[in-house]
Amino acid sequence: MTLTDRQQLSYIASQAADARLNVELETEGMTLNIGPQHPATHGTLRIIARLDGEQVVWAEPVAGYMHRGYEKLTEVRTFPQVTALVNRIDWLGSFANEVPFILAAEKLMEIEAPPRAQVIRTILFELSRIANVSLFLGDLGVQMGAITPVFLAFRDREYILNLIEGATGGRFHPNFDRIGGLKDDLPKGWIQETKGAVKKLEEFCDTIDDLLFGNEIFQSRMRGIGVIPADVAKDYGLSGANARASGIDWDLRRDQDLPLSYDLADWKVWTHPDGDSWARCWVRLQETRESCKIVGQLLDQVPAGPIMTKVPRIIKVPEGEAWVATENPLGEMGYYVVSKGGLGPFRVKIRSASFNNISIVPWALKGVYVPDIITILASLYFILGDIDR
Amino acid sequence: MAQLSDDTQTPQGDAALPGDGLREGIIDTLRNDIGDALIDTLLKPNDDLWVRVSAESWLATGQALKAAGFTYFCFLSAIDWLPSPFGNSQDDPDDEPKKIDMTIKQGYTGGETRMQVFARLTDIDRHVGVTIKADVADDNQVVDSWSHLFAGANWHERECHEMFGIGFNNHPDLRNMYLPGDFEGHPLKKDFPLLARMVKPWPGIVDVEPMPDFEEAAPPAEEAAPADEAPAVTNEAGVDS
Repeated sequence: MTLTDRQQLSYIASQAADARLNVELETEGMTLNIGPQHPATHGTLRIIARLDGEQVVWAEPVAGYMHRGYEKLTEVRTFPQVTALVNRIDWLGSFANEVPFILAAEKLMEIEAPPRAQVIRTILFELSRIANVSLFLGDLGVQMGAITPVFLAFRDREYILNLIEGATGGRFHPNFDRIGGLKDDLPKGWIQETKGAVKKLEEFCDTIDDLLFGNEIFQSRMRGIGVIPADVAKDYGLSGANARASGIDWDLRRDQDLPLSYDLADWKVWTHPDGDSWARCWVRLQETRESCKIVGQLLDQVPAGPIMTKVPRIIKVPEGEAWVATENPLGEMGYYVVSKGGLGPFRVKIRSASFNNISIVPWALKGVYVPDIITILASLYFILGDIDR
Repeated sequence: MAQLSDDTQTPQGDAALPGDGLREGIIDTLRNDIGDALIDTLLKPNDDLWVRVSAESWLATGQALKAAGFTYFCFLSAIDWLPSPFGNSQDDPDDEPKKIDMTIKQGYTGGETRMQVFARLTDIDRHVGVTIKADVADDNQVVDSWSHLFAGANWHERECHEMFGIGFNNHPDLRNMYLPGDFEGHPLKKDFPLLARMVKPWPGIVDVEPMPDFEEAAPPAEEAAPADEAPAVTNEAGVDS
């Protein structure tokens, strides 16, 4: 019997138990409210779970406590001003949010950033991923009562944030990407410092591997819990590590042709066949290591040259529509940009990864036990700003 | 580490990248499956594929594409093609209000109505995506729901319903996601004012930052610029050639 069958059977059993209890004892299931301010929910997501004993019969996430209406706001901004908004969607990997929007605008203008800017973009993109996922890895322990990893994560993430601040001027919201290139060149000595920091982050990954992934409690809380088969994952539009942990070999860094420098580095897309909580966390750990590898290799290959291609002083984007998606720390993040030839976009559809990743929660939580709600949510990994936009 | 991933990787390089021939094949498949309901297509070479179908065949299109391998649901949303009657709200409030041309002009693959729903599906194995659009009649803003076809469409349709007021037949639960249940209006429609801008107008003109090498390339007119450095970037409408 596969794990999925077991999950379904437990759901059916829970339904039957609910009905039987209601008839025989005239009891009702309990409704448990988690959030919106529960520490386990990474922000203001609320989960309503209907329980039968210890099992979830029905669960629903309630989003929208942080909706900021960015799609509407982009319509009253100019193209260069939009990056300041989209920075705040996934606030742990802010630079990564800017890149697909800028690439979409560049696609409509039919320009491309110079090679140096492309490599630096890719390095900063991957540094955002490391900063984002390292916090996830630390936070994993907290969900199960292990306090140490989160301190290690905050300590080591600081190296990356300092580097991002050194290059861009902003720790969390760099706003550094420009149509046609980058705002500034790298400061002196930055490349050397980054090499040191990346080594520290690789050590951090090893520590987390020992502390958490080798831990017996961690494994028993994660293995075989919250299994998502590949076809269900595709149906819900799961992307990023969540999809790869279900065995879907799909990585936009590798599988599409964008003016980013991933082909200069030698790296690997990790997948896992299991699709359980453990697989999702494990794939993310490996991805952080791969990101460190990518950054380490690209640092030796930053070409000389300009960081900005020639663009008009006042940027008007020609009429057209463009879709650009990149593999962000949380998954596939894309912008569908419609321009009417004006200073600002006519419409921007922001496809954020967490929105789809969280829409599977009602399916994934059916039939699980209450403590597993927390670990499944943690392993699906979402950022509230990325759900609500 | 006992648990290892499978080591197989799809081959990198041009062979794995989507080709335009593949996209043409998709158009043919769709034409076979839904016939005349396929109204218009646009294939931008080496870029992307857009198709427009009739609203009645919205569900059939999704089914046909899913059967053709497009099993990954990317997103679903809508576009309101009405030009905003409020402009971009960045004008000086003391100036004369600008006259806004309110003609509706649709984008790629055209259209006949103000509202269009559009969605994107991806074929993960063949690394190719397609954007599907459908006109939504002004007097009957309803299309069939995809939520039984792609489970992920459920939330996207809920969002689309509250933001654009488009209904979805057979959707299990079209409650608002973000707004209060009794909220009136559909915020992403172009004629819905952005109230923050109504209350406090945009403070001043658009702030444009000069690009690093811009001033060298385009010196002020009174300075005698060398002939070979003649300003080439004064064309504001597009990229300099």
